[in-house]
Amino acid sequence: MSLEWVTRILSEYWTMFLRGAGITLLISIIGTVIGSLIGLCIGVIRTMPTPERGIKRISLKVVNALLASYIEFFRGTPMIVQAMVIFYGTAMAFNIHMDRLFAAIFIVSINTGAYMAEIVRGGIISVDRGQFEAAHAIGMNHLETMLNVVLPQAIRNILPATGNEFVINIKDTSVLNVISVTELYFQTKSVAGNNFRYFEAFFVACIIYFIMTFTVTRILRHLERKMDGPESYTLNQMQVAAPEDMFRLGNPN
Amino acid sequence: MVNIIEVEHLSKSFGDNVVLKDINFSVTKGEVVCIIGSSGSGKSTLLRCINLLEKPCGGRVIYKGEDILNEQHDVYKYRQKLGMVFQQFNLFNNHDALGNCTVGQVKLLKRSRQEAEAVAMEYLRMVGMEQFIHAKPKQLSGGQKQRVAIARALSMNPDVMLFDEPTSALDPEMVGEVLKVMKELAESGLTMLVVTHEMGFAEEVADRVVFMDDGVIAEEGSPQQIFNNPSEGRTREFLKRILNQ
Ligand SMILES: Nc1ncnc2c1ncn2[C@@H]1O[C@H](COP(=O)(O)OP(=O)(O)O)[C@@H](O)[C@H]1O
Ligand SMILES: [Mg+2]
Repeated sequence: MSLEWVTRILSEYWTMFLRGAGITLLISIIGTVIGSLIGLCIGVIRTMPTPERGIKRISLKVVNALLASYIEFFRGTPMIVQAMVIFYGTAMAFNIHMDRLFAAIFIVSINTGAYMAEIVRGGIISVDRGQFEAAHAIGMNHLETMLNVVLPQAIRNILPATGNEFVINIKDTSVLNVISVTELYFQTKSVAGNNFRYFEAFFVACIIYFIMTFTVTRILRHLERKMDGPESYTLNQMQVAAPEDMFRLGNPN
Repeated sequence: MVNIIEVEHLSKSFGDNVVLKDINFSVTKGEVVCIIGSSGSGKSTLLRCINLLEKPCGGRVIYKGEDILNEQHDVYKYRQKLGMVFQQFNLFNNHDALGNCTVGQVKLLKRSRQEAEAVAMEYLRMVGMEQFIHAKPKQLSGGQKQRVAIARALSMNPDVMLFDEPTSALDPEMVGEVLKVMKELAESGLTMLVVTHEMGFAEEVADRVVFMDDGVIAEEGSPQQIFNNPSEGRTREFLKRILNQ
């Protein structure tokens, strides 16, 4: 390895690396967020109690079957192949050329959605039955129970798994170079090809990928700890409620 | 006397397991009814059928003259009118004490946040938890959790409070603080239906005691009658067993 080449590549092509890293982050952030939202929606639908009879029961079953096939299909095929099928497929079938970046985000989103759906479902099921019961007893329906009680807890439970998906997405966007998205791997390939310095260029990419995933992992760990809060409650003596406290109560959280 | 809740020929089974058989009873406004009976006799299932956490298999549950098993009836609105206190507290883990008492008011009763907090504070003060309004459930002891759970139910201004063994999961030294709150509630004229193993509480506070055995109401009457002069052999046996513990 030649350190000289590494510094030379860095000083000459740092904007390309930076732009590539930016695109990689953009695709994986948006993909993870949209994928998580898809996962949340599907998780809520798939945990709905089945109505006793009638049209509602049948429609829920149909929807569940469709969602199950979506999950199975996207989890069961490689993202690199999905990318080719979707990108070239839409071009052939509808004669539309998807914007490459849009296509990339689209593919990562639905792929992540398929994984997150199962993760969310697991997260919802792992919330104590008593939480559902208390929410129902107070008069909440399924959606209200989910939004106000269960999902906040499920999301906390699945945060590590979601972080994991995010990290996987940062790494796996590299396969999207097959549809020529200018993410980090694609840029590195260009840099390497221009100079015939494959090792040095990819060594730089390697470091950048690691910095990105490591930072994300740290941030999420910090977030988890913050969400958990302290184990014990320190009594604030000033909190002994008097009517004037109601002013303060107006803006907690 | 106005009946708030009437249960007629109620039955419930889980598969082949018949848990409730032809239950008939009613609760009038302002009445405190205690349900006693050995474990597995169907007490929890009866409470849960009343607020439809379990769907009864047969019979009717009538709330203020309306059949709530009717398909047209809004289950969610109905449940808002019944406060439920669980053995395992079931406080919302993602909310602090205050949030537990306001979320239902804001999201379901559509009260403003300010109004909801004022109502919540009133009840949190009543149960002696005003110093812990920003504590999360995991930061509270069992007795404190149960008192917040009672305040949460009361914050919805229910017509009836259902208690399912509210002190059974508590360490002995915390039972008193919860029973004290419940006694105050009973004295304030609230309608209460309490499943309990605290015979002292039932004797002192109840207007009526219902003894359940193996899915049926074996006997009911005034506390004096049930505790001093039960007419059924199985009531006597149950009381002897539980009082000798
Ligand atoms: N969700 C359920 N599924 C199946 N069986 C149940 C369920 N809930 C209660 N049971 C059964 O019903 C019977 C009565 O239970 P329960 O009402 O909890 O009694 P109690 O509260 O008097 O101890 C028990 O035999 C119990 O196993
Ligand atoms: Mg029980």
